Amino acid sequence: MSLIAAEKILKDYQAGEITVRALKGLSFEIEAASFVSFVGPSGSGKTTLLNLIGCLDKPTSGKLTVVDTDVLHLDRKQSASFRGKNIGFIFQDFNLIPVLTVYENIEYPLLMVQSVPSDERKKRVTTLLEAVGMTDQKDKYPDQISGGQKQRVAVARALVTNPKLVLADEPTANLDHKTAYMVIELMKKMRDEFKTTFIFSTHDQRIVGEAETIFTLEDGELKGKEVKGGKVNG
Amino acid sequence: MGNLFKIAMRNLLRYKRRTLLTASLITIGVVFVLVFISVSGSFKNMMIGQITDSMIGHLQVHRKGYLASIENLPLNMNLKAGAIARLEEKLNKLPEIEAYSQRVKFGGMFSNFVETTNIRLNGVYPDREFKTVPLLLSRIIEGKKGLERGEILIPDILSKGMGVKPGDTVVVVATNKDGSVNGKQFKIAGVVESATGPGGRDGYIHIEDAMDILRIEEKEVSEFAMRIKDFNHMHRFYEKLYSLLSNELNKMGKPIFEVHTWEKLSPFYNIAKMIDVMTFFIKLMLIAIVLISIMNVMIMAIYERVREIGTIAAIGTPPGKIRSMFLIEGLCLGVAGTLAGDIAGMVFVFALNMAKITFDFGRQKGLMLSAEINTVDVLTISLIVIIVSVIASLQPAFKASRMEPIKALRHV
Repeated sequence: MSLIAAEKILKDYQAGEITVRALKGLSFEIEAASFVSFVGPSGSGKTTLLNLIGCLDKPTSGKLTVVDTDVLHLDRKQSASFRGKNIGFIFQDFNLIPVLTVYENIEYPLLMVQSVPSDERKKRVTTLLEAVGMTDQKDKYPDQISGGQKQRVAVARALVTNPKLVLADEPTANLDHKTAYMVIELMKKMRDEFKTTFIFSTHDQRIVGEAETIFTLEDGELKGKEVKGGKVNG
Repeated sequence: MGNLFKIAMRNLLRYKRRTLLTASLITIGVVFVLVFISVSGSFKNMMIGQITDSMIGHLQVHRKGYLASIENLPLNMNLKAGAIARLEEKLNKLPEIEAYSQRVKFGGMFSNFVETTNIRLNGVYPDREFKTVPLLLSRIIEGKKGLERGEILIPDILSKGMGVKPGDTVVVVATNKDGSVNGKQFKIAGVVESATGPGGRDGYIHIEDAMDILRIEEKEVSEFAMRIKDFNHMHRFYEKLYSLLSNELNKMGKPIFEVHTWEKLSPFYNIAKMIDVMTFFIKLMLIAIVLISIMNVMIMAIYERVREIGTIAAIGTPPGKIRSMFLIEGLCLGVAGTLAGDIAGMVFVFALNMAKITFDFGRQKGLMLSAEINTVDVLTISLIVIIVSVIASLQPAFKASRMEPIKALRHV
């Protein structure tokens, strides 16, 4: 069974008196442990789609199942709980908590979202710190590390709860090419290691090729699906 | 919970200047209230002490209806021998009473053989009177600290006005309840410092001398003044005594006695009540200061951290925890301001006492201001500020917890 199944998803926004249709009946499926990218120009609906998959927003109509859950009918609390258990987030601007150290930022979801016991927390955070190569920087605050390092911390934070799915909205937009490539490689390595599904959106052609499955969005519509080794038109 | 406190403290320290300013505002408010409460409270307690311990006593018992015409010192409203005996029997059985004193109060003329003036007199058993109102002895500023038969203690205003001093002989003339006039010579034993309040300008003679002047053959008493062991339980004792004496009825089936606390007998009680009202309003001002300043800071904090709130909400932090984070932040700010205010307040009061400030109250000059901070007051004020701090954080905290993560993450 697919990890994510979307069926005729519509998403409308109200801009004053005008209704803007951001997504126009998308249907797709994403398998577990895959490395997926949604590509397309600005305004094509990438972020909107990621927000729907991440239970941060709800479709206007259609059916969306994420990790065997019909996310349309979750209320605020249930959504938060679902996200905390199943989804990790990596943001374009890293969004680390400035008053917490690198270690504490990674530990945060275990402490505040999942209430994991201390020993287990320490084990998981230490493992991820090593995996993303940030052990030496663990006591530094976000304003004391570089953009690439911040995103590595964000990757570790997203993975620390062992989520089934990690969503990354333009994770490399604020990074130079070399660092961007390193972050994508790190995400891929993490996917291999933890069998987590990674979905990222980008319009950066330099890193699009790193994805194994590429969905192309244009003007709220799915224009194509490319699987490494073959192309399926949407 | 510890981690929520850690995050709250770090967030407060993140905006050091703003936190310091708000905490300082709370500190100043707490200091102001503590100093006001300690000074006004000490003043109030000192004046109550002066009034009860040197003049009125804690409670008084009169014949029913006496108080309504107390200004006239009516001799026909005195308690008679039978009533006195019944009352004494009751009072002697009450362990709460430390001492009581019987008084015959009357008005008369005071003459130094050259001039004559009015005087209000208390006929008392000196030993019992000094036990009931122990500060009376300390009010004797000239002469001997005591009173015997044939002697009189006069108020200093009379001593100065009439030009008499201890050892001089004077005459007291009074009209008894039948209208006949009688006089008696006295030697001035001492001069009593005048005090503000009822009885503050009275003279004192022995009760038997008073009965001689008034030609009272069988014992009569205008009032019983009482001192109880624990002043803090005065109202409880009043209730007990009231119910005990309300069973004592005359032949007509009406109560013989009336009981009053000092509050009914002294106009200073109204000033004391005003001080309490002022204290209440000062506390309200403090609440307003804390409420507005903390609310302002927390609203600002949330406005500045919208994206952070969006992030923690997106990664699954339950709304309750987000709410707690901000409530704890307000709580920490309140606690910090309160603790600093408590310490500064105590230092300020200590400094005030070191300065040995004196003040006048009515005819009493040079009273030493002795401010005291009561632990209960400190705890009450601290608790009020801390609770108000949390209340002030409620609205911003709820706002933060109800933020839609998607909107918060888009916030610029």
